[in-house]
Amino acid sequence: MKFLVCISKVPDTTSKIGFTDNNSKFNEAGVQFIVNPYDEWYALVRALELKEANGGSVTIITVGEQSDEPVMRKALAIGADEAVRINAKSDDSFFIAKQIAEYAKNNSFDVVLCGKETINFNSAQVPATIAELLDMPLVSLATKLDINGNTATLERDVQGGSEVVEVQTPFVLSAAKGMAEQRIPNMKGIMMARSKPLNVVEPVSVEAHTEILSYELPSGKTECKYVEADKMDELIELLHNEAKVI
Amino acid sequence: MAKTDLFEAPDYYNIDDLLTDEQKLVRDSARAWLKKEVSPIIEEYYEKAEFPKQIIKGLGEIGAFGPYIPEEYGGAGLDQISYGLLMQELERVDSGVRSTASVQSSLVMFPIWKYGSEEQKKKFLPKLATGEFMGCFGLTEPDHGSNPGGMTTNIKDKGDHYLLNGAKMWISNAPFADVAVVWAKNEEDRIKGVLVEKGMKGFTAPEMHGKWSLRASTTGELLFDNVKIPKENILPGRDGLGAPLSCLDSARYGISWGAIGAAMDCYDSALRYSKQRMQFDKPIAAFQLTQKKLAEMITEITKAQLLAWRLGSLKNEGRATTAQVSMAKRNNIEIAMNIAREARQIHGAMGITNEYPMMRHMMNLESVVTYEGTHDIHLLITGMDITDIPAFS
Repeated sequence: MKFLVCISKVPDTTSKIGFTDNNSKFNEAGVQFIVNPYDEWYALVRALELKEANGGSVTIITVGEQSDEPVMRKALAIGADEAVRINAKSDDSFFIAKQIAEYAKNNSFDVVLCGKETINFNSAQVPATIAELLDMPLVSLATKLDINGNTATLERDVQGGSEVVEVQTPFVLSAAKGMAEQRIPNMKGIMMARSKPLNVVEPVSVEAHTEILSYELPSGKTECKYVEADKMDELIELLHNEAKVI
Repeated sequence: MAKTDLFEAPDYYNIDDLLTDEQKLVRDSARAWLKKEVSPIIEEYYEKAEFPKQIIKGLGEIGAFGPYIPEEYGGAGLDQISYGLLMQELERVDSGVRSTASVQSSLVMFPIWKYGSEEQKKKFLPKLATGEFMGCFGLTEPDHGSNPGGMTTNIKDKGDHYLLNGAKMWISNAPFADVAVVWAKNEEDRIKGVLVEKGMKGFTAPEMHGKWSLRASTTGELLFDNVKIPKENILPGRDGLGAPLSCLDSARYGISWGAIGAAMDCYDSALRYSKQRMQFDKPIAAFQLTQKKLAEMITEITKAQLLAWRLGSLKNEGRATTAQVSMAKRNNIEIAMNIAREARQIHGAMGITNEYPMMRHMMNLESVVTYEGTHDIHLLITGMDITDIPAFS
């Protein structure tokens, strides 16, 4: 079974976030980058587990520049067999999904796995767009994945419980927390990653659908006000006139 | 008590930019593994004065044992900066865990790799790299610490074998070691390296108790009473005091990185605590005296990081001198000791508890400043290097 796992480079969660160029660009100075946790911990590791159990191959794919290669190398150290970098930089979900779909179409994978979203842009559009472009079913926010022959069984969290979905390969999924446990690369994996192929592929011509105009940081935390439990009138007055939420 | 390890590594001068992607991957993987597997248990093992043997396999997997040993002998073939970074991460968690790895790497695998026969390398190195074999290093004796050349442990040639007699003291890993690299004088007064294997008749390694330092690492004696040593267990590649001293150079280099780890852990804890602890209606980080402590800590950590990185680069080029290693070991441990104490102060009374790592690091560093060349001896090595006059005798 051939797995394609989409990997994205994101800032480490402890990074200080700032912007440059009149708040139109993310300031990468001094920022540590990691593999998007939903891609790494859940999608990649589950693909590796299934490969190890049933055979096959795991390819990771990133749409990015050379500066994305360290996180790709980490994914190889965790156990992926080969890596593909589509040589382009874009923040546009359609552009990225189109590049991945083109590669997937030409290399016929059985399952395309994505994290449910990236932790920097959180648009969660790429998995669904890939599925649409490949004309494949999408199972979103999956927390469990098992494959038997050509039939995959997935679980999804739904309001108040879970839903079990069956789908035939090939298909696309977006992985949520619970699908697998984090794997930390060991030295053997790091050594093997040195010689695993990392192929650079030029992008197909696609027009981006969106353009990011500016960023802003959320406003700082405001002071917490305590209201005595028996003073409901005061609470309502504050919610109405000060917070203006009711 | 198991708790989440919140450590965030300070990198004030973007020293990460000087590291290769692989060096960072090695470090970050080790950090993640240590946070998950060792941080939650270290206080408990420190308090019961026990080395957590269950982590040996994992230590082997993250490359803590002989990372710079070539791949053909089971090592990872990494460079010296990667080795340093691994020691930093290990000591960030605990100097005792780092000591176990230092001994295995620099004092056991290094001499076998550098001075061992092909058979010795093939027999021992791959198993030492995985942790299947653990090793120890016997140089220090009860009466010969800073002056190892005065050793009395000796080997006598008996034709088809040697007989080993004597005693070694303060030996990390000794009680559970499968192989001991022991330095002993022959009849011509030349120091030879001897591979003593567990189970050899007349060889015992009793554990030493009562340490207030490096409690999560096992220390013992090595006692040799007419131990019959096969001739093929002598390291053929080099003899003389220079052989064990070259091992110490490698270990001291790792320690100069390790001490930064202990310092970073104390600083990180103090910074976090000072921003949360409220007194006089503001966080104590808002007070000038706290800021002075924190600012001086990060300044010293940054200087130590640059010193270690430069020394690592020189080692990679084969140009680092013994005296340069001494300076880095001496400086980085001193700043770590000072930072541990200042960080303890910032935590107030909470700083003396096992909720925070400073007291453990502080006590550990008392060993680190003493072993592998004492603080004073390293100063005299620098003194000798710049004046050309030895002040040892």
